[in-house]
Amino acid sequence: MFDSVWLLFAFPALGALIILFAGHWMPQKVVGWIASLAVVGSFVVAVLLWLGLLALPAEERSVTVHWWDWITIADFHAPAAVLIDPLSVVMAMVVTGVGALIHIYSIGYMDHEPRYQRYFFYLNFFILAMLTLVMSNNFLGMFVGWEGVGLASFLLIGFWFDKRDDLYGWYADCGKKAFIVNRIGDFGMILAMIIVWSTLGTVVFTELNEAAHHLAPATATLICLLLLLGATGKSAQIPLYVWLPDAMAGPTPVSALIHAATMVTAGVYMIIRTNALWHLTVDAGLVTAWIGMLTALLAASIAIVQTDLKKILAYSTVSQLGFMIAAAGLAAYGAALFHLVTHAFFKALLFLAAGSVMHATHGVLDINRLGGLRQKMPTTYRTFLVGAAALAGIPLLSGFFSKDAILVVELQKNLALYLVGVVTALLTAIYSFRAVFVTFHGQPRDQHLYDHVHESGPIMTVPLWILAALSIVGGVINLPFVLTLEHWLEPVIGEHEKIPLVLELLGITISIVVAVLGVLTARALYLTQEGWAKQLAQSFAILRRPAENKWWVDEIYDFLIVRPLKGLAGGFAGFFDPKVLDGAVNGVGVALNDAGEAVRKLQNGAIPAYALSILVGVVAVLFYFLFMG
Amino acid sequence: MTLSIPYLLTIITFLPLVGAAIVTLVPGDGAKKWLALATTLVTFLVSLLLWTNWQDGYAGMQFVEDVVWFAPLGIRYALGVDGVSLFLVLLTTFLMPIAVFYSVLYVEHRVGAYMALMLLLETAMIGVFVALDLVLFFVFFEASLIPMYFLIGEWGGKNRVYAAVKFFLYTFAGSALMVVAILIVYFSTGSFDILALQKAQMPPAVQTWAFLAFSLAFAVKTPLFPFHTWLPDAHVQAPTAGSIILAGVLLKMGTYGFLRLAMPVFPQAAEQFGPLLATLAVVGILYGALVALMQKDIKSLVAYSSVAHLGYVMLGIVAMNAQGVSGSILQMVNHGLSTGALFLMVGLLYERRHTRMLDEFGGLWASVPVYTGLFLVVAMSSAGLPGLNGFVGEFTIMLGAYNYMPIFAVLAAAGVILAAWYLLTAFRKMAQGEITNPANDREHLKDLNGKELAMVIPFIILFFVIGLFPNLFFDKINPSVEAMLETRAAVLQQATAAQTPAFELAEIIATEAQ
Repeated sequence: MFDSVWLLFAFPALGALIILFAGHWMPQKVVGWIASLAVVGSFVVAVLLWLGLLALPAEERSVTVHWWDWITIADFHAPAAVLIDPLSVVMAMVVTGVGALIHIYSIGYMDHEPRYQRYFFYLNFFILAMLTLVMSNNFLGMFVGWEGVGLASFLLIGFWFDKRDDLYGWYADCGKKAFIVNRIGDFGMILAMIIVWSTLGTVVFTELNEAAHHLAPATATLICLLLLLGATGKSAQIPLYVWLPDAMAGPTPVSALIHAATMVTAGVYMIIRTNALWHLTVDAGLVTAWIGMLTALLAASIAIVQTDLKKILAYSTVSQLGFMIAAAGLAAYGAALFHLVTHAFFKALLFLAAGSVMHATHGVLDINRLGGLRQKMPTTYRTFLVGAAALAGIPLLSGFFSKDAILVVELQKNLALYLVGVVTALLTAIYSFRAVFVTFHGQPRDQHLYDHVHESGPIMTVPLWILAALSIVGGVINLPFVLTLEHWLEPVIGEHEKIPLVLELLGITISIVVAVLGVLTARALYLTQEGWAKQLAQSFAILRRPAENKWWVDEIYDFLIVRPLKGLAGGFAGFFDPKVLDGAVNGVGVALNDAGEAVRKLQNGAIPAYALSILVGVVAVLFYFLFMG
Repeated sequence: MTLSIPYLLTIITFLPLVGAAIVTLVPGDGAKKWLALATTLVTFLVSLLLWTNWQDGYAGMQFVEDVVWFAPLGIRYALGVDGVSLFLVLLTTFLMPIAVFYSVLYVEHRVGAYMALMLLLETAMIGVFVALDLVLFFVFFEASLIPMYFLIGEWGGKNRVYAAVKFFLYTFAGSALMVVAILIVYFSTGSFDILALQKAQMPPAVQTWAFLAFSLAFAVKTPLFPFHTWLPDAHVQAPTAGSIILAGVLLKMGTYGFLRLAMPVFPQAAEQFGPLLATLAVVGILYGALVALMQKDIKSLVAYSSVAHLGYVMLGIVAMNAQGVSGSILQMVNHGLSTGALFLMVGLLYERRHTRMLDEFGGLWASVPVYTGLFLVVAMSSAGLPGLNGFVGEFTIMLGAYNYMPIFAVLAAAGVILAAWYLLTAFRKMAQGEITNPANDREHLKDLNGKELAMVIPFIILFFVIGLFPNLFFDKINPSVEAMLETRAAVLQQATAAQTPAFELAEIIATEAQ
């Protein structure tokens, strides 16, 4: 049964190949359905693998399927093999499940797109790469997927490579930025893999888990910090998060699939996967937790003042990824994965609903031009509302449970982190409902635009409904005290750390209060626009400009890193190489040429000079042996 | 097994030479072209016998031929291949038909001479990789210089004469040093036998001087920073096929020289100067990448990217451990394929637009999607995207480098970031953005035709094959590398053992003096 895991990969691979070679001759709908069915097929396989694991006793739920020896040099081995275990099947189901819905949605969303074959080819390729990432049984195999999804991301962000606008500049530049910034993270990944092998002698995860305790704590810290660098790239954390907001230049379903639900969670997945290393170092975990929470806060502070719906969601994604990273840093792997899953549901939903709006407004997502859309787009409105409520942490929705799970761990382990978390949660509730109120409630701000808006067709709304349902009930996979998901993950992450009942209840209470408070604040600020709320907002005016300018992080990087490097490169290319190095070479040439003028009277051309130099050489050697030897 | 085809290496080496002779004799440009192509194709097919008849797991030389050439000095006509050289031979025989086919399509000037020179070049290149005698090696090494000199000087771009002369004089200055080095070795050991020399003990002074002389010769050829400035000129001016071969094979003669000669024959000197070479290699990786980033001419950009890539190869060789060296050998092949393919792609574009300036392009993805998609695959191969060939070589080299000295791996890994930067910058300028120049639009620019695809597709297939199944190659590379490293370690150990009494004596004297 587990041997058929190759089918998981074969479906999207086949889909991609068919579209690449034959898509040109197919009707648009057929291409879209081939791609979608390929992912549905993968999803079925993933579910079967999950059922297969369920049938096994907990301690046997780790099945390696070896395909071939990939790289072997002396004692270095990297197999091409997959690991089927509780973690990988959950990831595979999320990737293919949410992926399938987004593929189907795309059939409707991309119906006016002339380059649709290319689009679906990229999308299938992405699924293939993402499955490689989560299923590989070793670091190097994971890295194949890791960079593969990066390539897919690059291709899809710059899908409209000939387009530019004020919000993103050239879309192609956004894609390029994503790939290069991610490569900075990959620098950390590469070094981490090298050090892991050099110290533990293996890159296979299961062997790593057993060998890890031989590692010196300092080495473990170093490795984990390098892995963290990789995670900050892929999962868009400080200092490398800057690519993700720009990644919204890609088609909206791509933002949903790659830049919200799946690829960007790869860093979180990777930390959970390598938890044996993280257990050896408290320092790296603490750094990770702080990086995560500071990112969460920073991104939330930016999200709250963005005016483009997709940018709001993008910063929200950065912020929520911060929560997951922080949970992983605090060794709350179950909570991290829980939030990863629910976030995949509700954030994919939010993006797809935003896409539905965008589809109706022909690309307009500036919330200052929207308003009152709920009458005209009831399904989009309702589903967006569900997503926003889940994101805001409204009780009983999936996001409430998963975010609370992280906050409670912070409450237990580190009060400072918890405070940051609570403030961020409050901001989250405010910006979520700001998006709801400004986009869908109130009066239309652009009547012409409003008049042409229409609800999307069923091919787009059905995925919305399914994701909305999942966003509502998704919490059941890991309810407090029941903890189904955490128990399921025990073979991978070990026993769950018990949280005292008092803390648990306190945490839940505070979470509820914060969420409700946030929604009410948003209502007062953006819907009813009450005086006290305006005054409240006024008191934060000093923070508004920096937040609107995204704290000038891009500009700072440009000034501190990009420009100096380009200046250096320019100096090398414009002066050092042609003038100094080549100048020296040519100088020697000229000098020799002058010296050779006398000889040239007798001889001409290169070959005699050649003979001469051999002669000189022979003399030099003879001299050496006569006098030195 | 290995005896089943007598004189196989001689046949492979000299088939092109025979072809060259025939090409000059037959009349008519068309006949000359197709004959040259047929010769390279047959050579390639025959060379595949090396693969099919390979004795797996055997570390030593295979298909050995050994006859006395000039008895008084002990010079022999000795040929053989092992895991170190096998894939360099195959790389050469693989690239040649493509380069010649490209020339069949696009070269019209003095066809006969051109084709003869190409074939002559092939003989010389293969000869370098199969020669087991120093003098023979040197003869082939030098013989490769002359055809390339003429190819650049006669069929090159505007500034071809300058570039050709510079190429010739610079590498030839290196060759002069190599003559010195070979003579030093001969006077010291009385042998030209490369394999025997690898096992020989040489006095430290001899090692140092000979190593430095060889290293300089090979460093120019590779080229290692800061001896690389001839390369961009040569590449920019060379005809496309010349660039493919220059980057694909000729540069490997430098790194191969390090690997086969400089490093194992003079192990103590190599150990002493290792950090210096590794430093130059790493500087080359970063410097080459940064300079590539600023280039406006695509060929120039690819040329500087070669400096960076060969920095990786050198780094792995200097590391002198299994991962580093095996990785380097694969990376030589990878670089030959990736960079060869990049020059091919640039050439195909040049034939259409008669310019290579990045600013002249933009938006090609909309007008020539097949070309652009394939260009991206080639660029990704060059950027070391895992799953494709480049990653396997680069990663294993960094693995070796880390276990040599960690700092080199750290700096080399930084080069991975820069590689993405310059390649995507070039891609961005060429393929993305809007079509601003009408010459780039769909009406004026034709996408690849069948013949051109036939040249590009073999590269693409190999990128995936090497990227996904590198063990097809490592299985043959590893045994020879491990044997070489063992021999080297044994020689080093003997040398240390021989030194120990001397130290003891010195200590005794010192103690007695007190």
